[in-house]
Amino acid sequence: MAARAAPRKKTTKKSKVSGKIANFSESEEMKAYYDMLLIRRFEEKAGQLYGMGQIGGFCHLYIGQEAVVTGINMALTEGDQSITAYRDHAHMLAVGLDPKGIMAELTGREGGLSKGKGGSMHMFSREKHFYGGHGIVGAQVSIGTGLAFSNKFNGNGSVCITYMGDGASNQGQVYESFNMAKLWNLPIVYIIENNQYAMGTAIARASSQTDFSQRGVSFNIPGQKIDGMDVRAVYAAAEEAVKYARENGPIILEMMTYRYRGHSMSDPAKYRSKDEVQRMRAEHDPIDQVKMRILEGGLATEDDLKDMDKKIRAIVTESADYAVNCPEPDASELWTDVLIES
Amino acid sequence: MAIEILMPALSPTMEEGKLSTWLVKEGDTIVSGDVLCEIETDKATMEVESIDEGVIGKILIEAGTEGVLVNSVIAILLMDGEDASAMDDIKPQAAAPVAAAEPEAADAPAAPVIEVPQSDEIPEGTTFKQQTVREALRDAMAEEMRNEENIFIMGEEVAEYQGAYKVTQGLLEEFGAKRVIDTPITEHGFAGLGVGAAFGGLKPVIEFMTFNFAMQAIDHIINSAAKTLYMSGGQMGCPIVFRGPNGAASRVGAQHSQDYTAWYANIPGLKVVSPYSAEDAKGLLKAAMRDPNPVVFLENELLYGVTMDVPEIEDFVLPIGKAKIERAGTDVTIVSHSMGVKLALDAAEILAEQGISAEVVNLRTIRPLDTETIVESVKKTGRMVTVEEGWVRCGLGAELTAVVMDGAFDYLDAPVARVTSKDVPLPYAANLEKLALPNANDVVAAARKTCYAD
Repeated sequence: MAARAAPRKKTTKKSKVSGKIANFSESEEMKAYYDMLLIRRFEEKAGQLYGMGQIGGFCHLYIGQEAVVTGINMALTEGDQSITAYRDHAHMLAVGLDPKGIMAELTGREGGLSKGKGGSMHMFSREKHFYGGHGIVGAQVSIGTGLAFSNKFNGNGSVCITYMGDGASNQGQVYESFNMAKLWNLPIVYIIENNQYAMGTAIARASSQTDFSQRGVSFNIPGQKIDGMDVRAVYAAAEEAVKYARENGPIILEMMTYRYRGHSMSDPAKYRSKDEVQRMRAEHDPIDQVKMRILEGGLATEDDLKDMDKKIRAIVTESADYAVNCPEPDASELWTDVLIES
Repeated sequence: MAIEILMPALSPTMEEGKLSTWLVKEGDTIVSGDVLCEIETDKATMEVESIDEGVIGKILIEAGTEGVLVNSVIAILLMDGEDASAMDDIKPQAAAPVAAAEPEAADAPAAPVIEVPQSDEIPEGTTFKQQTVREALRDAMAEEMRNEENIFIMGEEVAEYQGAYKVTQGLLEEFGAKRVIDTPITEHGFAGLGVGAAFGGLKPVIEFMTFNFAMQAIDHIINSAAKTLYMSGGQMGCPIVFRGPNGAASRVGAQHSQDYTAWYANIPGLKVVSPYSAEDAKGLLKAAMRDPNPVVFLENELLYGVTMDVPEIEDFVLPIGKAKIERAGTDVTIVSHSMGVKLALDAAEILAEQGISAEVVNLRTIRPLDTETIVESVKKTGRMVTVEEGWVRCGLGAELTAVVMDGAFDYLDAPVARVTSKDVPLPYAANLEKLALPNANDVVAAARKTCYAD
């Protein structure tokens, strides 16, 4: 007893990255590769359209982080919801939304998921249980907790996947939500996508506790740190976490990840070195990791993968063509969807 | 010297209550901390503890007596060594008015009975029952919850405590802990959680202990609840009610006394409702809970305890977006909402004695605003006075003035006059608070000015 009660020196032990890796079947490897490559090519195209002035406002690309949403969505079942902040294009592709609808929203056209009235940061799909797309950093965490509340209220067995960045996890409402989620044991998985920078601020400059997996400790919410660049590690962790949340309540997964591009299209990313970015691309790229396994394991040939890339490029090009040729919303749309007529 | 034990106030707004039970009897020896009796209002029951020591000499107010005024003598305590003769000089007396509460007393008595004229929605021959605004709100929620299983109510102290202002009294017992939920003190969090639950198919009623605390949550009310339908191209409806007391109570200082009407009324995507009477409270809250849109429902703490007529109509629902003429008149239109309607009606009474006939419009809904009723009334009277507890700059009165500029400019015989709170944070001191808040005399003066009566 005495030993336990003795004052201790500050011992902030860093959580270790979970070493658990899923054994992917051939089809899972191929699916992961396809899904991640679709996100990458889509985002590259979005960046290009932004440069051409076809996309306005803000445009936050997910390039480099593809393994996170891809691995998580492989672990979900029908009815599970997801919600995120403004870096959301990939989350919509990952739940299976048509790239045309997403791209046309980026260009602000009537065929966009929000009829052109939401833009890059504000898209939704009830059908795919995707609840946005939120522009206020951290707001999605309370809303996601409410979705989990509705799951528990209805007893439908669904889990809400609530994504936030390392930046959002310093918002007060995140902890208000953690508290209620654990108090009422709501079925929710909080995914902290730690891409090392909150806009231009490195985590160590903004966070007194940079071990984000431990941000739930005060609320008795367990957390794990995961290699978010390895889709198999993400999947393994997500599968366990979703099961845990369904049966027990909230859990946090910190995904160690990295974005190659700036915070948004208008960010030259002067706050980090080119070497740092290059090192991540060369050594940890989530897509290259799968590609290497596919080729080494003989699951497909280089030519097979090139064919797949071509197909994906065609889909993305088609979405871009649709998005720039689709008409702008009718002027009458200015006045619709403000209120539901009762 | 024997000590007089006085009837205490349970709250800043209480002026009388029921002395329900004595827990001591004459001749008992008591020490500091002993419970003497229990008193109750329509809101709560409380034990009265002695702070002195001695022997109960005489009990002056019998158990079960109603309407005992605050500060009246309810018993006499004999000090050490005193006998009954020490009470000879003490005569039972009427209660001295509570100095601090007096300014409010004229405007907001704790349990007065107010006659409200019948609205268009109420058919001839309807019978009425007397209810407090608090009870009308509670009944509205209970009736809707019986019909719609997806409604839940959430907020601080709404369940086991029965509501900080007892508006949710009895709901936990009837509907259980699944649907009547106490939250931590976490406005930003539970407002956002409510929005998420509404997106998830439920119909939340989020109670703020006061709308002053909702300032912590206003991001979710505006950015999440009001805007998402539009931003989603019509996919993400948010059927939610944010309700609670708004505006000044009685001497609770600047941070607990703000009127947010103009703030919320500025936001497309919200409906903003602000009831005055018990009838309004019942019919409009039911409407708000059925509305598929986010509704900000601004109540008034000082009106909670006021008893008024509520029509005995099964499923009584009032339309959102429709104002009510509370009193017909020909010389000047007084437009207001919530507590302001009380000031307007009091002013109209005084004006009538002075030969000025005022028409009182109770807005009931601030957004969407019933511009037609306002404009038609001003076309008839040619003059308008607006009354609100908010501040003057960019306030509701400015908006109402613009409505009349648009709709009845050629009918105006005088510039519109605005009655508002003074442009300062609400002070605590009783005299200053009284000076800062609008009152019926201000309304009378404004009306006379528009009539060029002075």
